[in-house]
Amino acid sequence: MSETITVNLKIWRQEGPNTKGSFEKYTQQITTEASFLEMIDLLNEELNNQGLEPVAIESDCREGICGTCGVMINGQAHGPRKATTTCQLHMREFSDGDEIVIEPFRAVSFPVIRDLVVDRSPFDQIIESGGYISVNTGAASDANLTPVPKEAADQAFDAAACIGCGACVAACPNSAAQLFTSAKLAHMASLPQGQAERWKRTESMVGTMEEFFGSCTNHGECHEACPKEINLDFIAFMNRDYMKAKVKNRALSGQR
Amino acid sequence: MTQTTTERYRVKPIRQSRREWPFPLNLYQTAVGRKWVMALTGIGLLGFVLIHMIGNLHVYEGPAKMHEYAESLRNLGSGILPRSLILWLLRLGLMVMFALHLHSAITLKEMSRKSSLNASFQGGEKKYEGGREYIAANYASRTMRWTGPIIALFLFYHLADLTWGWWLGDDFVPGDPYHNLYSSLSRIPVAIFYVVANMALAWHIFHGAWSMFQSLGINNPKYNHLRKGFAASFAGLILLGNLSFPIMTQANLIDEDERLCQVNDLASNDEILACLTKQLEDH
Amino acid sequence: MAKNNNTVLNSRVPDGSLEEKWENHKFSMKLVNPNNKRKFDVIVVGTGLAGASAAASLGELGYKVKAFTFHDSPRRAHSIAAQGGINAAKNYKNDGDSVYRLFYDTIKGGDYRSREANVHRLAEVSTNIIDQATAQGVPFAREYGGLLDNRSFGGAQVSRTFYARGQTGQQLLLGAYSAMMRQVSAGSVELHTRSELLDVVTKDGRACGIVTRDLLSGEVVAHSAHAVVLATGGYGNVYFLSTNAMMSNVTAAWRAHRRGAFFANPCYTQIHPTCIPASDDFQSKLTLMSESLRNDGRIWVPKAFDDSRVAHEIPENERDYYLETKYPAFGNLVPRDVASRNAKNVVDQGHGVGPLKNGVYLDFSAAIQRDGHSAISAKYGNLFDMYESITGENPYEAPMRIYPAIHYTMGGVWVDYNLMTTIPGLYAIGEANFSDHGANRLGASALMQGLADGYFVLPYTIGDGLADQLGQPAVPTDDPVFTNAVQGIEDETSKWLSINGTRSVDYFHRELGRLVWDHIGMSRNKEGLEKAKSEIAALKEEFFSDVRVLGSADTLNLSLEKAGRVSDFFELAELMAQDALEREESCGGHFREEHQTSEGEAQRDDENFTHVAAWEWKEQNVLQTRHVEELEFENVTLTQRSYK
Repeated sequence: MSETITVNLKIWRQEGPNTKGSFEKYTQQITTEASFLEMIDLLNEELNNQGLEPVAIESDCREGICGTCGVMINGQAHGPRKATTTCQLHMREFSDGDEIVIEPFRAVSFPVIRDLVVDRSPFDQIIESGGYISVNTGAASDANLTPVPKEAADQAFDAAACIGCGACVAACPNSAAQLFTSAKLAHMASLPQGQAERWKRTESMVGTMEEFFGSCTNHGECHEACPKEINLDFIAFMNRDYMKAKVKNRALSGQR
Repeated sequence: MTQTTTERYRVKPIRQSRREWPFPLNLYQTAVGRKWVMALTGIGLLGFVLIHMIGNLHVYEGPAKMHEYAESLRNLGSGILPRSLILWLLRLGLMVMFALHLHSAITLKEMSRKSSLNASFQGGEKKYEGGREYIAANYASRTMRWTGPIIALFLFYHLADLTWGWWLGDDFVPGDPYHNLYSSLSRIPVAIFYVVANMALAWHIFHGAWSMFQSLGINNPKYNHLRKGFAASFAGLILLGNLSFPIMTQANLIDEDERLCQVNDLASNDEILACLTKQLEDH
Repeated sequence: MAKNNNTVLNSRVPDGSLEEKWENHKFSMKLVNPNNKRKFDVIVVGTGLAGASAAASLGELGYKVKAFTFHDSPRRAHSIAAQGGINAAKNYKNDGDSVYRLFYDTIKGGDYRSREANVHRLAEVSTNIIDQATAQGVPFAREYGGLLDNRSFGGAQVSRTFYARGQTGQQLLLGAYSAMMRQVSAGSVELHTRSELLDVVTKDGRACGIVTRDLLSGEVVAHSAHAVVLATGGYGNVYFLSTNAMMSNVTAAWRAHRRGAFFANPCYTQIHPTCIPASDDFQSKLTLMSESLRNDGRIWVPKAFDDSRVAHEIPENERDYYLETKYPAFGNLVPRDVASRNAKNVVDQGHGVGPLKNGVYLDFSAAIQRDGHSAISAKYGNLFDMYESITGENPYEAPMRIYPAIHYTMGGVWVDYNLMTTIPGLYAIGEANFSDHGANRLGASALMQGLADGYFVLPYTIGDGLADQLGQPAVPTDDPVFTNAVQGIEDETSKWLSINGTRSVDYFHRELGRLVWDHIGMSRNKEGLEKAKSEIAALKEEFFSDVRVLGSADTLNLSLEKAGRVSDFFELAELMAQDALEREESCGGHFREEHQTSEGEAQRDDENFTHVAAWEWKEQNVLQTRHVEELEFENVTLTQRSYK
């Protein structure tokens, strides 16, 4: 049942990409029924009424699917609850008097734009470098022409469930983006439709990833932070495919 | 790739991909490839560590068997090839593997550091003010870069001590590993150093022997649960075997009360063997 | 401009029988030679399903496309949150589905307030969408044989809905997004993220570009093109509490409206029956639970008033399964508007459940008993988890609480058969146009329409409009039409920052939402609508004089962004009230209490209102002109819906 609690917030404030930031302290009363972001909304409204600039924090769907939201809450990407995005986190996870440290996702390739907002566009650049199946509109054959084993379709979905929020990079001590990249690769490599470009895609997406992010040391923190619980197995899958991609004779790759 | 998105919205890459080297050297240019190198050299080094440990168990059979074992290593392939050639080739291989393992580890760490550098605006390491409660990363995985150097340091000491005899002085008898081992490990600080270093080695193996499966993409839900078990038992086995040497020495189970043969002075292998065997019988 | 309705609103529906119209039209449209396509700049605003698919397809054709999104990445658009599925007349289930049946169901579901020709075209291309998406790697659910699975959805009598667990929208959007990113990589689409459209620019009556504000630097930029496509979604957020994403807004459509694009049927808004009820006063948005839950869940309320017992303490005979009793044939699967209104009725009567007495139960205990825990969890596991993470209650043990919420808006920018608005060169696709759903949208049809427009309709029809423009350079951005527009936006921005009142933008938005929900919500009446008009106008005055927007215009400033959006919502809300007032009938999502059957069902007035109402902007605070596009039904007979 709902109760009202008071939380002590320590929030990262930073005016712009090129200015130094620091932590500011706030206290906020809130009912435990509220979501974490509603707590911030309320804080912002009060700040606004006092003539202070609201905390910049991004969110959009607030259903845990668009991947816009994402901050570090007490050192955990998306906060303490497993498989939950920041927007789906509720204040019932906290108790009266708790200190909550809120800071942006950190990585060199996720520069802070303002306060808690970071730029995650390198993810788009990874996709741009090959995260697609090349099929022009209208060129597709009947959808049921190519049966896909249910297991393969299910695995493709498990990988495709990634919402691109960046929690994996934020949680990774190496700031590696292996989980994000491997999920997209595994999605497409699991399906017959994705085979034609499989090796080229793997090489170029991994290449772009390495231009921005660190190297995986198999800690597994990304999986724990991932709101969609994307599996570490996909990273292994990517590593294997990458080596195959480098070694394969593409002219004969149809004979897999 | 054409980069057409308006420039101001493109985060600049931290590093540009360089011109590709010819195959297979190009594999080493990428982080994923380098992880493969790390895993493969890791496997080689694991093999070495295991064989080294098992071979050293000969010490419990006494100086003669130990000597015989040492000789057999030198005589590998000696029917056709010059004596010690194979051993040296193996040593060379080990050195290359070790160097690659080390180099890839250092460069990959540097890459990760550059990707997280100053990310905290507090300088240096990526840190979160809210603390960082690791959930999945275990102690072993986070200390690879500490256990690694400890092992490297130990390896250097180990070679200098028992192969080159830098510190044993007159006690060092080339060609008599049993004696050398005893002389070295009977000193308490050395024994402690061995214990610490081998614990670091086991920690290192505990993460490494699991991690290599991931790096090599050896992954199948059917046997994934065995991977952690394999890593733990492998690390445990090595730890058990390697710790036994300093401990048993300290417990006086490895000793050499009255040793008579000076390996250096004896002319032939047969003579040495005879001497060592006699010694054992006397004892 | 002539006031004669027929000349003002030319729907350009082609001749021929229903089945031949689209084929004939494709043949009769002018084509642009492949080599000439690169001479045309096309702006696509919005990168959701409609926008991304259009940008990708236009890029593939060779047009020079500029795609704009105000998100940080095109993949964030709210299409991503659609859960249920996408309809297509594939008839893979051999249950008698056909293009005509999908057409008929859509027309009927829309309560005979949509254009026959458009709907038939939608049904025709629906099958291509599935093929296209599958080829892109969208992981639709499959059967063990490896072929695509279907389910029946939202009151349809056939299984024609393709789905990808509860995340169909996400998967389709990622498909369209990846197709677009492929064109970005190929250089045919130039992507502008974090850029919000704030004005549409016209010259000599033709759309020639847009003005955007860079949300990071605050820079106001003009972009010129030969054609502008709006794919900017619906306006459900006028209600403040809706299932729409926080940033969804009407601004792009509304600014186009103010520049001369007619806005059609703003009062057609759809309520989704299965959302999680609000839990407190500062709830920021509502979360939708897929309608598919109604396939297995039973909806009920306690028979007693103000019953405070927990669900399992209420014996079977004291429960009112009101949908099953009232509509024996359809039961819990009645269309959305019917289910929603009934929920509102029982809650208004005091049967509501939950701490705030603002919901009804959706009970799975019978289904769990019948099919087992694991079967239910396989079907709805992720939805149950979501419910639990939001409410803290476990739906396997206690029934879910649901309540209707605004979910989709059928109204939007008026477009002709070519998807062109009343401004030549300006197109609207997806939820942004008033389009194909009439007065009510069928479940799993929104994704279908967005993708149909983007992949298979606009890429053809835009060529017809561009062919005459060959050889005409795009209007340069230093032309006075652009510089004036840029100046106008800069003035507007500084105006927000200088008001310096006492209340936040969110405060006004929330108050506006409350008014709109109370009076222009699930059911409307004359008195309430009149009241809404005056109260909205008063609140708008207050907003313009008392809002407080802090910070500066040259950094990321979320409240500044929102101020502009909320001001457009105010104007839209006034128009919604007016439109609802003048549509003296009940149809689909528009329910006028004065017009209902003796059984409390929507009562259409086909004689006087079988038309689209398209509104023409005059100026601020001046009543807009209502134009009428008569709807002609040559193929279906208008019947009163009955789900008994």
